[in-house]
Amino acid sequence: MNTTALHGAHIKAGAKMVDFFGWNMPINYGSQIEEHHAVRQDAGMFDVSHMTIVDVVGVQAKDYLRYLLANDVEKLQLKGKALYSGMLNDEGGVVDDLIVYHFESTNYRLVVNSATKEKDLNWLNKVADGFDVSITERDEFAMIAVQGPNAQAKAQRLFSSAQKEAVQGMKPFFGVQAEDLFIATTGYTGEAGYEIMVPVGRAEEFWDQLLAAGVVPCGLGARDTLRLEAGMNLYGQDMDETISPLSANMGWTITWEPTEREFMGRKALEAQKAAGHEKLVGLVMTEKGVLRAGLKVIATTGEGVITSGTFSPTLGYSIAMARVPAGTEIGSTVDVEMRKKLVSVSVVKPSFVRNGKSVL
Amino acid sequence: MSNIPTELRYASTHEWVRSEGNGVFTVGITEHAQDLLGDMVFVDLPDVGDAVTTGDDCAVAESVKAASDIYAPITGEVIEINGQLENSPELVNSDSFGEGWMFKIQADDPAEADGLMDAEAYGMSIDDE
Repeated sequence: MNTTALHGAHIKAGAKMVDFFGWNMPINYGSQIEEHHAVRQDAGMFDVSHMTIVDVVGVQAKDYLRYLLANDVEKLQLKGKALYSGMLNDEGGVVDDLIVYHFESTNYRLVVNSATKEKDLNWLNKVADGFDVSITERDEFAMIAVQGPNAQAKAQRLFSSAQKEAVQGMKPFFGVQAEDLFIATTGYTGEAGYEIMVPVGRAEEFWDQLLAAGVVPCGLGARDTLRLEAGMNLYGQDMDETISPLSANMGWTITWEPTEREFMGRKALEAQKAAGHEKLVGLVMTEKGVLRAGLKVIATTGEGVITSGTFSPTLGYSIAMARVPAGTEIGSTVDVEMRKKLVSVSVVKPSFVRNGKSVL
Repeated sequence: MSNIPTELRYASTHEWVRSEGNGVFTVGITEHAQDLLGDMVFVDLPDVGDAVTTGDDCAVAESVKAASDIYAPITGEVIEINGQLENSPELVNSDSFGEGWMFKIQADDPAEADGLMDAEAYGMSIDDE
């Protein structure tokens, strides 16, 4: 298995380690529920060094990304501004979801999933053929996500004056290189915070300093309950190459205008839009039990499937995302087939908690 | 290395049994088991009065990770259940052999528990896992 620069730090902190798509990663450091609460109430940190950082540089970087991505990087005019997008195949299925940071029209940074690294790099390079652009993986950085209402304040204790100045007043979804750190106001939890790229040589020291500042180590278990509460998709579960972004609550990430913009998968998407498609909704079950991925959903509109499900520590009951037939209404009830019986659950928008509070 | 109290007896399915005298036995799951399952979120207990047979699934421990069946380690009648687990399922994680107890059985045959593994045998069985 691959190990990150923080492997030693995880062992020191008492992590239970698991194999995450070939990476040796911490699933928890004791109680994933306590770690979850730490992020919602205070500040927690995640080793996300297994994610893939790719710099896209060149005269045609912008043109390339406007073709590669369903969302339009033309929207990124300010230096450091970022957006979330899928990259689609010709059938309109999602190859991966990612965040792209804009520095200049000739210089962008992508962060893509770790489980799909090889596939993504091959894809990025293949699509780059014919564009004057270079695709460079940056593997000399570790990455730590510090998340929670006190995350930014605690992380700032580690910053130099230049770094503090660089992040002053930084709005969400921006990234800035300040001395040796790349600091972004992004995250996968629904709380404010930073995702910080640190040179690997400094990673463990940086982690230790965050620990000393009172930031709680959090593993993949908490990462999953936090992102699901926040209504954020997990690639490979909520969508994959066979699933359209329109069926994965990613319609808002598609920029249709200008109609002249050719982007990969556009034609397939237009056909899907016209023909109709399934949709991703949220489910809430207030009775005892936990909704889990793969369970069948039975609605008056037809059948669907739970794509992600868990117990929500913030709400105290189970939540899920499910792909269901087009006409299934928010506010309706549907049945989930669980352990040989049908349980009635509520259909909601696929977002449950933001900034520590229920949005239901 | 998890704690395995020597005064208890153990089923291969990770339930522990404590004799309370008069054929009454308290049942729970081991520290090793709760570590495998992760944070507990719901515990579905049998009803008082239920008849249980050795090896039957009679309770469910639902953790964030998965739902796991709990099996009756001996045959008898359920005479008490741990009501605390309704609001504090995490007791199964934090105090598996104490406050995390699940239910009590009035054994049909009190000697049946003697046939379960002792601490040493259980320890060896989980070492092999």
